[in-house]
Amino acid sequence: MTKLNVAENLNMSQYYLSHLKELESEAIFVIREVVAQFEKPALLFSGGKDSIVLAYLSRKAFYPARIPFPLVHIDTGHNFPETMEYRDWLVNELGVKLIVGSVQESIDKGRVKEETGWNASRNALQTVTLLDTIEKYKFDAAMGGARRDEEKARAKERFFSHRDEFGQWDPKNQRPELWNLFNGRKHMGEHFRVFPISNWTEMDVWQYIYTEQIPIPKLYFSHEREVIVRDNAILSTSPWLKLKPGETPTRKIVRFRTCGDMPITGAVESTADTLEKIIEEVAASRKTERGTRADDKRSETAMEDRKKSGYF
Amino acid sequence: MYINNQLLRFTTAGSVDDGKSTLIGRLLYDSKSIFEDQLEAVEASSAKKGFDYVDLSLLTDGLKSEREQGITIDVAYRYFATPKRKFIIADTPGHIQYTRNMVTGASTANLALILIDARKGLVEQTHRHSFIASLLKIPHVIVCVNKMDLVNYSEEVFDKIVEDYKAFSSKLEVSDIQFVPISALVGDNVVNRSENMPWYDGATLMHMLETVHIESDYNHIDSRFPVQYVIRPQSKEYPDFRGYAGRIGGGIFRPGEEIMVLPSGFTSKIKTIELGGKLLDEAFAPMSVTMTLEDEIDISRGDIIAKPNNHPQTEQDIDLMLCWMNQRPVNLNTKLYVRHNTKEVRGVLKEIQYKLDISSLQRIENVDHLTMNEIARVKIRTAQPLSFDSYRKNRITGSVILIDEGTNETVAAGMIV
Repeated sequence: MTKLNVAENLNMSQYYLSHLKELESEAIFVIREVVAQFEKPALLFSGGKDSIVLAYLSRKAFYPARIPFPLVHIDTGHNFPETMEYRDWLVNELGVKLIVGSVQESIDKGRVKEETGWNASRNALQTVTLLDTIEKYKFDAAMGGARRDEEKARAKERFFSHRDEFGQWDPKNQRPELWNLFNGRKHMGEHFRVFPISNWTEMDVWQYIYTEQIPIPKLYFSHEREVIVRDNAILSTSPWLKLKPGETPTRKIVRFRTCGDMPITGAVESTADTLEKIIEEVAASRKTERGTRADDKRSETAMEDRKKSGYF
Repeated sequence: MYINNQLLRFTTAGSVDDGKSTLIGRLLYDSKSIFEDQLEAVEASSAKKGFDYVDLSLLTDGLKSEREQGITIDVAYRYFATPKRKFIIADTPGHIQYTRNMVTGASTANLALILIDARKGLVEQTHRHSFIASLLKIPHVIVCVNKMDLVNYSEEVFDKIVEDYKAFSSKLEVSDIQFVPISALVGDNVVNRSENMPWYDGATLMHMLETVHIESDYNHIDSRFPVQYVIRPQSKEYPDFRGYAGRIGGGIFRPGEEIMVLPSGFTSKIKTIELGGKLLDEAFAPMSVTMTLEDEIDISRGDIIAKPNNHPQTEQDIDLMLCWMNQRPVNLNTKLYVRHNTKEVRGVLKEIQYKLDISSLQRIENVDHLTMNEIARVKIRTAQPLSFDSYRKNRITGSVILIDEGTNETVAAGMIV
């Protein structure tokens, strides 16, 4: 066939991808680029839906070979039991190596100091454990499931985000990122954070989970749970949540939109017990998913400040 | 559930105060993509600054220093969706010193939204933004004549600006230009039709964004597959599997077809095209796939798989339109890394033929160095040959970035002539 014939025979409109397929293709390209450009990459796995999607995209990217990098879980010790159960199932399902960095260990070693007070959390402490884990295993690229639509500081993130030898992010001095040409060159001791699903929204992630039939932790589906209501947030009771005088736990039908640490991740009242219903609920929601996260509410620039010091 | 939406990426460019942030805020707000807690946060910040209106630009200016200075420093990405399409906005600042950000935002865009203040008409920045859209070969341009409410919704004002823009853009290479009179502040013709401009019988901005024909934006004629990674499981189940992983850069590939590998020139046939264990009948840009071939030939990252009767040219001397993006100027004979597709080679800046005044489009000759945000026609020579197309033919296989050998920074964007 000559070139001209090909052009004539094409029904052009048939040659385009749906937004989910295009986002999938972009993410797989980025994940493969990481493996090609770096010596010791890793996938930061939180147990949340975004890092789950990332793990499944990684499987697609290298199939039929196994995922050529480990999952790294920064374990605050304050996880939902459902998250841990799912994590261990997934590691086995994907046949991938798991590395755990323990915040408790960092506390025991005196690397960080546990917060006190009613809203104490280990969220900020994770950064030290993360950077220690990256250094210990000499990871030169750490992939994460962060998305640009999540938070205003993240809207300015690159796919390939350069970190200096202290793991810090310098938002005013980022490398320009053009076309699909990703520059992963670095000096000794520096590393990269890479965000393959940067361009996905919360809705895209749910639609992808739905179309690909990816199993997710039970927490995301509606269930009955013992909770307290504090500052308009519905928090699950747990050994790490200190009750204030006058706070009495009640039982509510809830689900979680994100899977962070137990003491700081707010639930929403919901009866959505299937993926279809969750997608409907997300479409109708007038609040962002991080609206349930106490860690972002500490100040207007809470996320930017944490990111500069080496947070995800 | 809108699972089969198309994805449209567009950039917005505008001068300071021409209402770009307001327009983005309007698109997000009217498509219900702003959430209550985001709006509350912006209202609180506006009140703290002593404004008596809600400053929607605070939605897009995410960094502390941007908020402090009230300017946009970096490209910000914004997302919204309608029942017809999902949109990604690369919102780029308009100041002269940020040409590099505009080029960055434009590099992945299907469409450029150019804002003109109806009271001011075409200004220098309009020329600059339009030139960059043309240089980066953004396939579609929508010119929004904004602040129509401040010129009494005058048809004459709009017609004059359209006429001026057409005259100016005839010097550029943009094939698809549409014009729309709007008021982002009030909402005229953004999402909802304006009752204030009965003389305008064209589409609203949102309708244009939802319907512009983007299926042909990728090259579906010239088959190009840059090899990104070689998959070799070496497992019990797949002892001999050898798959070439990559993202299709152009054309269409089908199992059974003859291919040629560049730069080696080896030929073979496609055995399978697959992804995640699922076999595919065909693959086209921008799909990520894994390809297996009938013959065992030496192929590695950086090679390009094409067709024997249609393949890219392979050369060491390459002509580029270059945008210099680093604070440190570059001199002739500077050595740099050249990254093209999945290949990285060393190269040297051999010649600067001329640089362009991007406001007047005048050529300036006898130049021996380039400074930040300058655009020039140059020649580079690479240590190993690259297999490439012209940028005009294919934005994927016709683009390069240059990387500083010492700092590792990305210092320039290049479009192959």
